[in-house]
Amino acid sequence: MALLQNNFPTFLQGFGYTLLSSIIALIGSMILGTGFAIMQILPQKWAQVIGNVYVQVFRNIPLLIITFFFFLVVSKYVKMSGFTSGTVALMLYTSAFIAETVRAGILSVDGGQMEGARANGLSFAQAMQHIILPQAFRIALPSLGNQFINLVKNSSILAFVGGLDLMYQGNMVAANTFDTFSTYIIVAIFYLILTLPLSYYIQHLEHKLKRAL
Amino acid sequence: MVTLGIFSAFTPQNVLYLLGGLGITVGVSVISVILSLIFGSIVGIIQFERLPYFSKFVGTINNIIRNLPLLLIIFFVYFALPKIGIHLPIFWATVIAMSTFESAMLAEIVRGGLESVDNGQFEGARANGLSNMQTMIYIVLPQAYKKMIPPIISQLISLVKDTSLALGIVLSEMTYRGQIVYAQNSTYIVPVLIAITLVYFLLNYGLSLLAKWADHKLA
Amino acid sequence: MEKAKKRQFGIIATIVLAAAIVLGLMWATATANKNAEHQDTLARVEKLGRIVWGVKADTRLFGLMDTKTGVPKGFDIDIAKALTVQISKQTGVPMSAEFVPVSTASKMQLLKNTNIDGSVSTMTITPEREKIIDFTNQYFDAGQSILVKKDSGINSIKDMNSSKYTVIVVVGTTAATETAKFAPKAKLLAVQDYATGMQALKSGQGQAMSTDNAILYGFATENPDYHIAGGTFTHGPYGIAFDNNQKPMIKETNAALATIKENGIYNQLIKKWFSNVPGLDWRSLEAK
Repeated sequence: MALLQNNFPTFLQGFGYTLLSSIIALIGSMILGTGFAIMQILPQKWAQVIGNVYVQVFRNIPLLIITFFFFLVVSKYVKMSGFTSGTVALMLYTSAFIAETVRAGILSVDGGQMEGARANGLSFAQAMQHIILPQAFRIALPSLGNQFINLVKNSSILAFVGGLDLMYQGNMVAANTFDTFSTYIIVAIFYLILTLPLSYYIQHLEHKLKRAL
Repeated sequence: MVTLGIFSAFTPQNVLYLLGGLGITVGVSVISVILSLIFGSIVGIIQFERLPYFSKFVGTINNIIRNLPLLLIIFFVYFALPKIGIHLPIFWATVIAMSTFESAMLAEIVRGGLESVDNGQFEGARANGLSNMQTMIYIVLPQAYKKMIPPIISQLISLVKDTSLALGIVLSEMTYRGQIVYAQNSTYIVPVLIAITLVYFLLNYGLSLLAKWADHKLA
Repeated sequence: MEKAKKRQFGIIATIVLAAAIVLGLMWATATANKNAEHQDTLARVEKLGRIVWGVKADTRLFGLMDTKTGVPKGFDIDIAKALTVQISKQTGVPMSAEFVPVSTASKMQLLKNTNIDGSVSTMTITPEREKIIDFTNQYFDAGQSILVKKDSGINSIKDMNSSKYTVIVVVGTTAATETAKFAPKAKLLAVQDYATGMQALKSGQGQAMSTDNAILYGFATENPDYHIAGGTFTHGPYGIAFDNNQKPMIKETNAALATIKENGIYNQLIKKWFSNVPGLDWRSLEAK
């Protein structure tokens, strides 16, 4: 308890950076992920190839390596801090998973709806935006929520590049106080404050969706 | 000069060293996936059975573990458990941390798989005189596992990727060994990072193709 | 199972599991308290016939991994080997030396947790650390410096006292705390290890990397565009570290250290590792 009191501002700062990184990466990966999901189902072959390659590459390599790549290599040419490198890596990595989720959502929307919308004079983009995507998102919502939880957990990668997040600050406190046990328990509680309510909300959504189907 | 760096990073001894790291990565992943299949199944069945109080209790613990970063669990097992007298060598510390985390993930998959098995099958088996336990082992679980093969392979992919996090406790796996190689000469960084990325990609992409194939074959 | 039976089973299982968790926690607390008690390192290494040394694997000259053998090479490793031989002679118990690569961030934890018996890992003796662990007499004379790009215009740590500068340090080193005293306005970027630190410096994440001069000389040898600016601004000799209150082990190790300094082994090792480092007056490092 004394440990928490003495280091409260440190933990709180870490919590703030974890939250900030998660939100930025979430927004970015939603936009990118949706974009690549649409590319994968476009009729144009080249778009499908780009979408597929992107998703396969980022799904199959460790987040840590993407992070190191931005922190140590890309930053030679484009200046970016550890926080930025980690957040960008997190965004790209997560967007591949979101693309998969959104694509599955789009495919589960009845194909006739697209044809119907096109027959009624809507363009492909309009049909996508107004008819297909809203339904796809509703179906994909629980999976998207799980991706967001993963994203919050994965933001601990920032600790490797001096990203000032919760895990980084926890390591600092542990290194200074040598009370590893209590420090990591406190860090765990801070993470759970973010992830646990979300997780229960998603379970609730899943039940609702199941009943609706 | 740059091209020279690209080739000189891959001396036979450095390549062997990196491949040894790959061996450790795969070893940790495979042992962890087996252990987590066992524990994840137990926890998944408990949750599926909806035993009063017990299933909720176990489910809550499972949810807590599932919602923590794996990196934190790794640090906890290696740096905090010795405080209560549990000393693990680095390899097994990683295996235990990853199995704990993955068991929680797999428990959810097992529960989902069980729930997807048709209810009539239970009743039919019971009508044929099988006990609850027998029904579970001979009828329900095999069907559930069949459906679960693709998600289990994706968990294996996650494990292969996540083993890189054990870099934080200096496990001598592939990413750490990559760092050691570019500590020899800092011009090696780009070729080494690209090479290990490629190895991870090929391994995991292969696994994901296997999952797809299994999905088709079993569907 | 009928409903009533299921309910009964559920309740009993919950109680058993909850009891197991509570008992487990109590046992854990008891063990934690017991572990906080004294464990004699010398008695342990004599019983097991081996000394497990924590060493660096990413630090040129002191401990750098040899990818062929999987064992690090460097001054620290050679010192640990020589000490193990000497301690075996003194105690009459044959002991082997084992090496575990540690990161700067992890070595103190590993010592406290007895994952390693001792640590020869470029560790500066400080009063704060002495409260928590034990040090031998110094085995290497070092001081903190900064490594900067030759054309950076930075001539000393004092030049960096501005919020536009970032100094790269490694988590858990003395440099992390000392830099803040000499350049309080500069930002700090703490990374996990020296290899990442050097890469971060080269990619412009910071304008200087700060740590002990001998480690920086290792990097300067390999990267001719970089040099050490302004000499040392602290004095912080390295010691060999053990867990707290290990008087017998410290005594043996100090005696062994004195012996290898007298019989010339120490100076041979200094010559072996430091005589080829440009800009370093290696003769000044020798034992007198």
